Amino acid sequence: MLRDITLGQYYQTDSVIHRLDPRVKLVTTLCYLISLFIVDHWIGYVIAGLFLLLVIKLSKVPFKFMVRGMRAIVFLLVIAVVFNLFLTPGEGEPLVAFWKLTIYKEGVRLAAFMAVRLVFLIMGSSVMTLTTTPNNLTDAIEKLLGPLKALKVPVHEIAMMMSIALRFIPILLEETDKIMKAQIARGADFESGNLIKKAKSLVPLLVPLFISAFRRANDLAMAMEARCYHGGEHRTKMKPLIYQKRDMIAYGMVVGYLAVCVVCGKVLW
Amino acid sequence: MGIIKTKDLVFEYIRRDEEGNVEGITRAVDEVSLDIQAGDFIAILGHNGSGKSTLAKHINAILYPTEGTVWVDGMDTSKEEHLWEIRQEAGMVFQNPDNQIIGQVVEEDVGFGPENLGVPTKEIWERVEESLKAVGMYEFRKYSPNKLSGGQKQRVSIAGVIAMHPKCIVLDEPTAMLDPNGRREVIRAVRALNDVEGITVVLITHYMEEIIYANKVFVMDKGSIAMEGTPRKIFSQVEKLKELRLDVPQVTLLAHELKKGGLDIPDGILTTKELITALGL
Amino acid sequence: MSIILDHVSHIYESGTAMEFAALKDINLVIPDGQFIGLIGHTGSGKSTLVQHLNGLLKPTDGNIYYKGADIHDHDFDKKELRSKVGLVFQYPEHQLFEIDVFTDVCFGPKNLGLSKKETELRAYAALKQVGLEDDYFYQSPFDLSGGQKRRVAIAGVLAMKPEVLILDEPTAGLDPKGRDEILDQVAKLRRETGITVILVSHSMEDVAKYVDRIIVMNKGQIFLDHEPKEVFRHYKELENIGLAAPQVTYIMQALKAKGLPVDMDITTVEEAKTAILKALGR
Repeated sequence: MLRDITLGQYYQTDSVIHRLDPRVKLVTTLCYLISLFIVDHWIGYVIAGLFLLLVIKLSKVPFKFMVRGMRAIVFLLVIAVVFNLFLTPGEGEPLVAFWKLTIYKEGVRLAAFMAVRLVFLIMGSSVMTLTTTPNNLTDAIEKLLGPLKALKVPVHEIAMMMSIALRFIPILLEETDKIMKAQIARGADFESGNLIKKAKSLVPLLVPLFISAFRRANDLAMAMEARCYHGGEHRTKMKPLIYQKRDMIAYGMVVGYLAVCVVCGKVLW
Repeated sequence: MGIIKTKDLVFEYIRRDEEGNVEGITRAVDEVSLDIQAGDFIAILGHNGSGKSTLAKHINAILYPTEGTVWVDGMDTSKEEHLWEIRQEAGMVFQNPDNQIIGQVVEEDVGFGPENLGVPTKEIWERVEESLKAVGMYEFRKYSPNKLSGGQKQRVSIAGVIAMHPKCIVLDEPTAMLDPNGRREVIRAVRALNDVEGITVVLITHYMEEIIYANKVFVMDKGSIAMEGTPRKIFSQVEKLKELRLDVPQVTLLAHELKKGGLDIPDGILTTKELITALGL
Repeated sequence: MSIILDHVSHIYESGTAMEFAALKDINLVIPDGQFIGLIGHTGSGKSTLVQHLNGLLKPTDGNIYYKGADIHDHDFDKKELRSKVGLVFQYPEHQLFEIDVFTDVCFGPKNLGLSKKETELRAYAALKQVGLEDDYFYQSPFDLSGGQKRRVAIAGVLAMKPEVLILDEPTAGLDPKGRDEILDQVAKLRRETGITVILVSHSMEDVAKYVDRIIVMNKGQIFLDHEPKEVFRHYKELENIGLAAPQVTYIMQALKAKGLPVDMDITTVEEAKTAILKALGR
């Protein structure tokens, strides 16, 4: 069940999207997320959906992987939809009304938009993480945030921390699974009981997990030092980020997409 | 002077209780003097807690001596100005395969060391390629480390060290967490480094079958060197090894038992073939 | 009959690109009181198999019976099963979490809802069974040596008084003496209590000395299942799947080939010594 979390998991294949400069993918993802919040009409969402489908198709990542990433947020999705559905005040006749709950037309519309938005949002970011190695991604962040170095922001360190965190997420998830099973084998119960009992039952899981995380962190720091890591100074890059022609084309397409979204918004709103 | 030399090396750490008061001092390494020549294959044996890993960490300047001196290629490890040069010349591979791979893709991990050294991009790629080929992991260069077996991960770690072009490589129980196949893979890679590339190897282990290829073996106990010599010389002292919580390969043990049973067999039999000859068959 | 596996299969990530059959149609009978060695490579399915025996994993196909009852029936008490089939994971010291050794060992029996007195009696008995001295009982488990931590973790499972004890590579990472101590302790425990023990291992040498049955797994299937001597007779087949008989078996093969009249069914150094001395007329 823990393996279902696709966010942060790189899918190994060779595609145009994989080869793009990570900065392009990062900027595109940001633009895409923004576009989801500026469009407010079903045609806008159709365009956003088509754009997403095109990118997924080009990325050669099986659609299943995107959907698997969705499972982790089903709960969030349901909450967002329910809240919007019931709590949106509307004019005119309620569509459904029972007890204290009422659903208006506006609520349905907002709930649907919210659901679509969330699904696109998660899928959009999944496409980025599935096609970009976290190392590449952090490189992109480091480079894009580069100007902040002048303000004494430790950009390199932040990027390195993110990259390591990402590398250890799957390992720690597996470890959680293992410790959980081991404690269940000793009669531990993680499911039943009230909230306090449940929280208490997490101690046998969290203590070993923290200890293990610290041990790993310690080992890793030692291994990094042994390999001459001493911060971002005088460091070269194995894969320096250099814009290619295809990156410029991609930027062009993103600008085009944004323009279409904005125009749609203006014309149809 | 050899490539690695220690003189009267002592390492002590202070044990503290929960309030931070000093409870006592533990001497993990006690007056160790070694002289390792370039190109050697050295094995350091010892039970858990014998001080062998602590000793190893001095060679890479991760730990500094409490007393005594450690030189790597003539450089005193306690001198700050040599730090990065020492770490480049004396590479280190650790026990846990998961906790020493930094990169998300095999090739990026191997490139991590050269990046830190400031090697130009083009040369990093050349180094990564040759290092991965040296350990037979080139075809896995685009893989995520999480998809590899333990033995493969350790070979990637070894490649990561080779890519820094070290003169010697210290392996701190690289096989302790591996299955027999993984162990074989790693030892094969390590031997190739020594034979083909001429890199000095210091292999720390408690698996006896891994030390057969060493030119010289040191056995540690309670922080100091309890035995030293060729594998054959070490293996000829079965009783002493048992006292030091170690064992010997079954063929050596059998020969030893047969000798005790009254047969005229020399000490330190390492292979079945030697046993057959000794039995006059 | 203690545990029966009837056509058990387990497929991970069924229906996806990562689909992987960890177990394929396993049929197995584990009678009371046997000492079993379960051998195979990493990825051969042995860890998946043992997690089925105490109901941590559910077979995607097939049934598992404990004392005649299907363990995945609705009215079957899983907690009871887990106390009867004790599973000690690989590197079990990583699950220790309590402030002292004794409290940690109490965790299992406490979860079974036993009285404080019974819990403590069991914890004490279990720590004695693994041979830990009283001096360590009220120390933090994190201050112990690797070998001691592992004993504490094993005691944590023994304190539930299992009828079947499964140990998943209990000697991983230990030095030779530590390895022998743990295995000797397990053998002693079995002699004294008569419980069923399943020892999961990579090493034929380790198990040959102790067990009365070896199950060899390969690619999710049972490859061999006999008493040790019979398994080692198939040493060529073992080599084909990347495993091997104990070194001493090969030595005896070589000696026989050179004309020494020795018995082939030898699995330990002591047996080899006796056989060679006899063959040489000593």
